[in-house]
Amino acid sequence: MPHLIFFGLAVIALVGAFLVVLAPRAVYSALALIVCFIATAGLLLQLGAQFMAFLQIIIYAGAIMVLFLFVIMLLDPKTETVSPNRLIKFFVLIVPLGILMTLLLINNFPLPSITAANWNSIMADDVRSIGNSLFRDYLLPFEVTSILILVAILGAVVLTKRPNQ
Amino acid sequence: MVPIEYYLALSALLFVIGSAGVILRRNVIIMFMCIELMLNAVNLTFITLSKVWGQVDGQIIVFFVMTVTAAEAAVGLALIVVLSRRAKTLDADQIDSMKW
Repeated sequence: MPHLIFFGLAVIALVGAFLVVLAPRAVYSALALIVCFIATAGLLLQLGAQFMAFLQIIIYAGAIMVLFLFVIMLLDPKTETVSPNRLIKFFVLIVPLGILMTLLLINNFPLPSITAANWNSIMADDVRSIGNSLFRDYLLPFEVTSILILVAILGAVVLTKRPNQ
Repeated sequence: MVPIEYYLALSALLFVIGSAGVILRRNVIIMFMCIELMLNAVNLTFITLSKVWGQVDGQIIVFFVMTVTAAEAAVGLALIVVLSRRAKTLDADQIDSMKW
């Protein structure tokens, strides 16, 4: 059953990712990206990272993609068909790269063995341990992040302001 | 339970698809969305490995990645709006005024 859920979500995520790259219109790409994000959130739930899964849905699929859709509707980009030539290039590019990346990721980590017994016990108290870690060990980076967001807000406002106003 | 390698392989594939999209597509907004896809794949790797070692630090990094992504999306989309206003195009091949 976990395998079934994993493969279902993985196929949805991969199809979504392919559609992001291959869809002719930017709106379709954005919608496919939302599907991919939600499938990834399901995978995070399966890994036991509930907090990150819901954060993924709220921030990525909610806030960021709404921003993208706003800009796409605002600018109305032209339809861009992906020619068969480009499609061949796409697969020529991703097949060796995908195999290479997969092998690199799988072989280069000394992964500790996980048994079914301790699979469920790890990170059972997800949100509390994240809170403890975030506000103790990572307090300074957390505060610096607020400056980053402030700068980003100011930057976005300053950039889009018309000079003569 | 699902082997941990499957998650790593899936995130590697998502990352590669995203990077291929950045290289192949010429629409600036779609290239930007492909970058988001790559970041998402990296987040999946972080959380998988955080699960493997039973440590929460990987999730904290993902938290920061999400924050940076939100900031990046705000500034990047503002840049795209300004770009389309000035260059009147969203095609990355036609935006070449800084090319030498």
